[in-house]
Amino acid sequence: MNGVHDMGGMHGMGPIQHEKNEPVFHERWEARAYGLSMAIGCLGKWTLDALRHQIELIPPADYLSMSYYEKWIAAIVELMVKNGLATQTEVETGKAAPGSSKMSPALTAAAVGPMVHNGAPNNRNVAVAPCFHRGQRVRARNLNPTGHTRLPRYARGRLGTIERHHGAFVFPDTNAHEGGENPQHVYSVRFTARELWGGTAPATDSVFVDMWESYLEPA
Amino acid sequence: MNLSVTSGPSHAHEHEHQAVPSDAALRVKALESLLIEKGLIDPAALDALIDTYENKIGPRNGARVVARAWTDSAFKQRLLADADKAIAELGYGGMQGEHMVVVENTARIHNLIVCTLCSCYPWAVLGLPPVWYKSAPYRSRSVLDPRGVLREFGLDLDKEVEVRVWDSTADVRYLVLPERPTGTERLNEEQLAALVTRDSMIGVAKVSASVQGQRS
Repeated sequence: MNGVHDMGGMHGMGPIQHEKNEPVFHERWEARAYGLSMAIGCLGKWTLDALRHQIELIPPADYLSMSYYEKWIAAIVELMVKNGLATQTEVETGKAAPGSSKMSPALTAAAVGPMVHNGAPNNRNVAVAPCFHRGQRVRARNLNPTGHTRLPRYARGRLGTIERHHGAFVFPDTNAHEGGENPQHVYSVRFTARELWGGTAPATDSVFVDMWESYLEPA
Repeated sequence: MNLSVTSGPSHAHEHEHQAVPSDAALRVKALESLLIEKGLIDPAALDALIDTYENKIGPRNGARVVARAWTDSAFKQRLLADADKAIAELGYGGMQGEHMVVVENTARIHNLIVCTLCSCYPWAVLGLPPVWYKSAPYRSRSVLDPRGVLREFGLDLDKEVEVRVWDSTADVRYLVLPERPTGTERLNEEQLAALVTRDSMIGVAKVSASVQGQRS
């Protein structure tokens, strides 16, 4: 979706606020929000792509004014209700409805270490060969899907060069919407700064964007 | 208390977002107790997750990778060729570091990492990202005006230096291998690791030969 989250290339967002010796979490509720979101995500009721998309669905004015973990919690609550983990009433009251089913098993403390250590690799084996090769000229397609996509607006329609083939990975555009993994080859595509931003950009500079194969066409 | 959130612009009028932290704290507390009551989360697992990223996994991991690359040229070659395997030699990897690529800064090339669409970041070697990395100013301008962004961080690059910005739009997580500062020839791997900052591994700073005066 062409949301405010897709902000590469925008002006007017203000200066970067670098904080010296920044703590991992500024307040304890942020730490709990982080842990809670990770733990509930482990139940497998939704994908990380679905979570990203749910955050994108936060209305633009709210998206820009909410803090990072406020956005996480907002999205998690929405996903819980959508996926039947809790009702709207339960979320609003903070109390489980009488007789509501108790889900289990929850992520345990003992399972956290292996989960962090193993991660959740998204690469997949695919039978088809990659369409593009290193050094090939490509154009990013001008796609404007209403759902989740990882094709940033600033690259759409632009000419680039395949820099590297990363392998095949789960396709977020379908995986965010219960449409399955549909893995595709992913490439690092190099766009010159001038191609993206015009003739006043430094001739030396470039931006590398990781792109699923269906985002690209031969140039 | 209203814990609900909007699912789209059409619902925007139904709920109020409250950006006041104390309210957020209350909402998260109520949500945690609800989820415990429903058996969906174990608070001890939350403690373990928080402890992992506050105390175990952070930029010191990445600093050790960098220091190893500076002192062991064979390791550096492996790191640039297959980062996942090389990083695993130091025992790192896993969540949000499953697919790593390391890009090397030199006198001629400066690399910078961003995620314009959200907040993708190599947790396995840098821990959780700082607020500025996830913020609109950094995400919007890093691809458009990286040299201006770097100047805000106090780094003014020569015109001749090639700037390469890596937008983490897919599953690959990037780590910058910063330049080893001159005057550090006598330092050992551990001493070198102490010089390597988080910011230098994102690409918004260089590594200084002295710990004094360094940023995060």
